[in-house]
Amino acid sequence: MPNYRTNILCCAGTGCTASSSALIFDRFNEVLKEYGLDNEVNVVKTGCFGLCQKGPIVAVYPDQVFYSHVKVEDVDRIVAEHIYKGRVVTDLQLSDEDLKTHEKILDINKIKFYEKQKRIALRNCGKINPEDISEYIAMDGYAALGTVLTTMQPQEVIDTVKASGLRGRGGAGFPTGVKWQFQKDQPGDEKYVICNADEGDPGAFMDRSILEGDPHAILEGMAIMGYAVGAHKGYIYIRAEYPIAVQRLNIAIRQAHEYGLLGDNIFESGFNFDIELRLGAGAFVCGEETALISSIEGKRGMPNPKPPFPAVSGVWGKPTSINNVETLANIAQIILNGAEWYASMGTEKSKGTKVFALGGKIKNTGLVEIPMGTTLREIIYEIGGGCPDNKAFKAVQTGGPSGGCLTEKELDTPIDYDNLIAAGSMMGSGGMIVMDEDNCMVDIAKFYMEFICDESCGKCSPCRIGTKRLLEMLTKITEGEGTLEMLDEMEQLCYEIRDTALCGLGQTAPNPILSTLSHFRDEYIAHIVDKKCPAGVCKKLLTYSIDPDKCRKCSMCARNCPVDAITGVPGKEPYVIDTDKCIKCGTCITSCRFGAVERK
Amino acid sequence: MKSLEDLKKMREAALKKVEMREGGKDYRVVVGMATCGIAAGARPVLNRLVEETANNDYNCVVTQTGCIGMCVYEPIVEVFGKEGDHTTYVHVDPEKAARILKEHIGEGKVIEEYTVEAARKENGNA
Repeated sequence: MPNYRTNILCCAGTGCTASSSALIFDRFNEVLKEYGLDNEVNVVKTGCFGLCQKGPIVAVYPDQVFYSHVKVEDVDRIVAEHIYKGRVVTDLQLSDEDLKTHEKILDINKIKFYEKQKRIALRNCGKINPEDISEYIAMDGYAALGTVLTTMQPQEVIDTVKASGLRGRGGAGFPTGVKWQFQKDQPGDEKYVICNADEGDPGAFMDRSILEGDPHAILEGMAIMGYAVGAHKGYIYIRAEYPIAVQRLNIAIRQAHEYGLLGDNIFESGFNFDIELRLGAGAFVCGEETALISSIEGKRGMPNPKPPFPAVSGVWGKPTSINNVETLANIAQIILNGAEWYASMGTEKSKGTKVFALGGKIKNTGLVEIPMGTTLREIIYEIGGGCPDNKAFKAVQTGGPSGGCLTEKELDTPIDYDNLIAAGSMMGSGGMIVMDEDNCMVDIAKFYMEFICDESCGKCSPCRIGTKRLLEMLTKITEGEGTLEMLDEMEQLCYEIRDTALCGLGQTAPNPILSTLSHFRDEYIAHIVDKKCPAGVCKKLLTYSIDPDKCRKCSMCARNCPVDAITGVPGKEPYVIDTDKCIKCGTCITSCRFGAVERK
Repeated sequence: MKSLEDLKKMREAALKKVEMREGGKDYRVVVGMATCGIAAGARPVLNRLVEETANNDYNCVVTQTGCIGMCVYEPIVEVFGKEGDHTTYVHVDPEKAARILKEHIGEGKVIEEYTVEAARKENGNA
């Protein structure tokens, strides 16, 4: 093995891949060869760094230099200047506002974005090559599996997980150790474990990034879980829309077999364990465990009533445990560092860390992992950098279509499962969408309701019909045809759906409406009574007009209007919009150079 | 792979590949690799430093920098310690580089005769 003097790490997560990081990787190899440096410098594809906003990211070690927004054309310069001559290409470095100090060569931990984070589930993302098992092993990979198989009884493993306080990271927060115990105590020797990688919340990409950046951590977590509960077979249920994650999982499973870390008689302990991938077609409801099991069995992905719980009768009618990707990513670390270590982080009832996918109106879109108990304010302002363009923060949506909105007054709530529920939202799987003054909350509720209507499987009528009625009412309100009675009707229907729907999808579907109704009722009323959308989003409620005092009679708006709704005389008479003809496309606003067009 | 022992061995072998991404070493050894440095022979010095460090597990990271403005003394190797101490070695060749690692990083002894202060004294402009 050659001794490389420098490692160049290129992010190969989905976000950076979409901005040509694969071409950047190839170009580095080409240019290094031209310079005859290919034996000295190692180019590595890694998982997500989390700083997706600044992607594509390239990190150079041991110099610890981070380049952001790298383009293929920049590669020649980085090699010629930095790699060959040792001069950091400063204009490509992360900009000063991201840095805690103005030092140009810095430690990753000095970047503001990482400073408050505690990366356990994401520990190897952006650091190792996910397609090389030896790099995972170098990071203590599979040591936990080896320890468990050679020195621990299954019950000890479960006791450790129980003592760590780890709760399911898929959203509901059921204690993981208790779930395992429940399955272990079932009779029979044919049992299954499942990794739920059917991540479906709009704006959530935590699980995808872990699978792409550190697939072996999931395999190891599943094998440990299999040993603890007495299963010999595991399924990873993953959506086919995650092609990079699927590819890396396949590579990882193959490598683990080659190294004898999956298969028969692992670590000569007599324990056999194998993992199979099952690809889902991307239906949101298949993240619900009973629907997921149906889908694995080759049936239509629809939920079934519980009980029986999967731990009693799951896949093929056998006892089954289903754990989320992030939950499994924590297991090996808990075994290696001990339950007390894990339980020392977080709040009283929510231990450890949680990964969030930050999106929406926020400067640093990306992936963050923070100890439980961190406040929303710290995540949004200190890590996320706040809303862009100095817009005012309005709300943050957590928990996806099952969750709710939290406002300014909840910003200082320490994040944990119970606090978020008390505040009217939920942890969910970790999507966090930030909204600013330009977001209409009625429109947001409508967006989630459209999503639910699309994704409802149709098996039970509260969800199939009820959510449709909710959407119809919301649509009327956004079009100025709502009535105040509708608000009470909606609320009533929300409670009925919550109490009567078959599965979690339906039961939580009304949450976005309930939460926006309680926090932003005034916005609903503005739509209904004043026929106005305060944020200027709902098209039907907007009117465009031209301020005659500001109009310079240049005719620019009239020339750009696609429906000839604007009339006037160039240089003589100010222009006027015919509101009957206007289709509210906004072209006039962008074409006017004097700010004379108003939208109200 | 049969046992935890096997896994440990594999880990040791694989660790060299990734440990430079970790940081947390006691020393940083920096080679001037600007045009002046390269022309004076900094590349073989850098390669030797990397090789020796990997083979002997010296507690340092080897990295490179640009021109620090004393081109006449190139190749220059700077050693930064954890305590903020800082030594500048000048006119380094691969053999001197190996000795610097062995004595400075390995044993904590500064090699006075290679330092910039010694070189300046010799030139009579101390």
